[in-house]
Amino acid sequence: MTAAKGTGTSTQVGPPLWLLAELTYRCPLQCPYCSNPLDFAQSEQELSTEQWFSVLRQGREMGAAQLGFSGGEPLVRPDLPELIAEARNLGYYTNLITSGLGLTDAKVDAFAEAGLDHIQISFQASDPELNNAVAGSRKAFEQKLAMAEAVKSAGYPMVLNFVIHRHNIHQMPDILDLCERLGADYVELATCQYYGWAFRNREGLMPSLAQLTKAEAEVNEARERLQASGSAMKLIFVTPDYYEERPKACMNGWGSLFLTVAPDGTALPCHSARLLPIDFPKVQSTSLKEIWYDSPGFNHYRGDTWMPEPCRSCDEKGKDFGGCRCQAYLLTGNADNADPVCSKSAHHDRILAARRAADHATAGLDDLVYRNVKNSRLFFRS
Amino acid sequence: MSEDGASRIPRLRRGFRFQWEPVQSCHVLLYPEGMVKLNDSAGAILGEVDGQRNVDLIVASLQLKFPDENDLGADVREFLNDAVQRHWIEWL
Ligand code: SF4
Ligand code: SF4
Repeated sequence: MTAAKGTGTSTQVGPPLWLLAELTYRCPLQCPYCSNPLDFAQSEQELSTEQWFSVLRQGREMGAAQLGFSGGEPLVRPDLPELIAEARNLGYYTNLITSGLGLTDAKVDAFAEAGLDHIQISFQASDPELNNAVAGSRKAFEQKLAMAEAVKSAGYPMVLNFVIHRHNIHQMPDILDLCERLGADYVELATCQYYGWAFRNREGLMPSLAQLTKAEAEVNEARERLQASGSAMKLIFVTPDYYEERPKACMNGWGSLFLTVAPDGTALPCHSARLLPIDFPKVQSTSLKEIWYDSPGFNHYRGDTWMPEPCRSCDEKGKDFGGCRCQAYLLTGNADNADPVCSKSAHHDRILAARRAADHATAGLDDLVYRNVKNSRLFFRS
Repeated sequence: MSEDGASRIPRLRRGFRFQWEPVQSCHVLLYPEGMVKLNDSAGAILGEVDGQRNVDLIVASLQLKFPDENDLGADVREFLNDAVQRHWIEWL
């Protein structure tokens, strides 16, 4: 505790209600906005089934109720059905976050039997051509469509996720049509968040303000139409915070609700926190309880005593906690700084420059760096 | 939202799960990537929603559990209608 910078103590800190199990970094796709670390290929070690069981048990005892299985592509883990069954047994609400590649009708049914509550399938676009180009796979789109339908007919709620960027944002009306046709219950339209591969490719991904404004109007229109028709389809549009003047309350506060366990067992307050120059503990050597309540890594940015100006004396610090530490680090070189999205930040000009660049960007899909092992190796060799 | 909905049967929507969370010591409603903490009365009412019993039977059952409360019916109906609006439950 004494080594920690934050003010969090075991008594003030609430339980981690949300556990994200990143089962693997392996994935058949190559999305250029992937949130996995750039050097993911450096860490090939994965927790065993037994080790995951232990993580799940400890997390549930501490109060975690929502559990996400993600990756990489979680379907590459052959023990996924066992992990689902164990999680369901423990009382988690279990979410599978998948690209749909490697999914089959039989698996969809087997997972339901094991107690899986929900499958989220991510799409890259509303048509095969663009979808497959972004995903770096020739048959991805057809497979995704088939699996979305399989998920629905197996009785799960249908949750579709579209990652939005400058190359597909113009498809918004088609995307919404497709979701309606498929009968989705929830649609997440998630504009890229610029960490990991998306940060590396930001110039080629970030939509212009004009593009964004148009898409927002289209989404709002669709919302009204859905509401008027009594449809229960829910649209969630996550816009890029690069167009805001105040940062998001990242993860609802550092170490306040979310606990991520990376494939190699590293425990993180958020899946991108790995890029920070902070030492995070591993579940193999430290109990989850100790990690959450007592580790220097998790206490590092709890409370507000770590804040420099302008956050320190700002009356909004209880609202946004100074924004995102990863964004502060990526854009200013110091993770303690205010998130530069904030107009009070001395580094806000970096955000303004990115907006200007988005107005004039000409890069095509071919200019993006795709997320694959070969490209990843370049990042840790250099 | 008609007032003579006494014979209607509510059930949780697909993908919604209602359960007791010991660590938070409250009932919660879980759904894809979301969770609502329920207060005591919401927890008590949703606990009766089983896709089998209609509103009248739910009110009667709650009345037995909380004999000191008079006329629970209006509150229960209001809550159920609200829960339908939020797409937590649906009428069979
Ligand atoms: S974002 Fe794309 S490449 Fe990254 S894990 Fe998901 S499907 Fe794979
Ligand atoms: S100065 Fe810091 S605390 Fe204040 S609004 Fe900006 S980021 Fe938030």
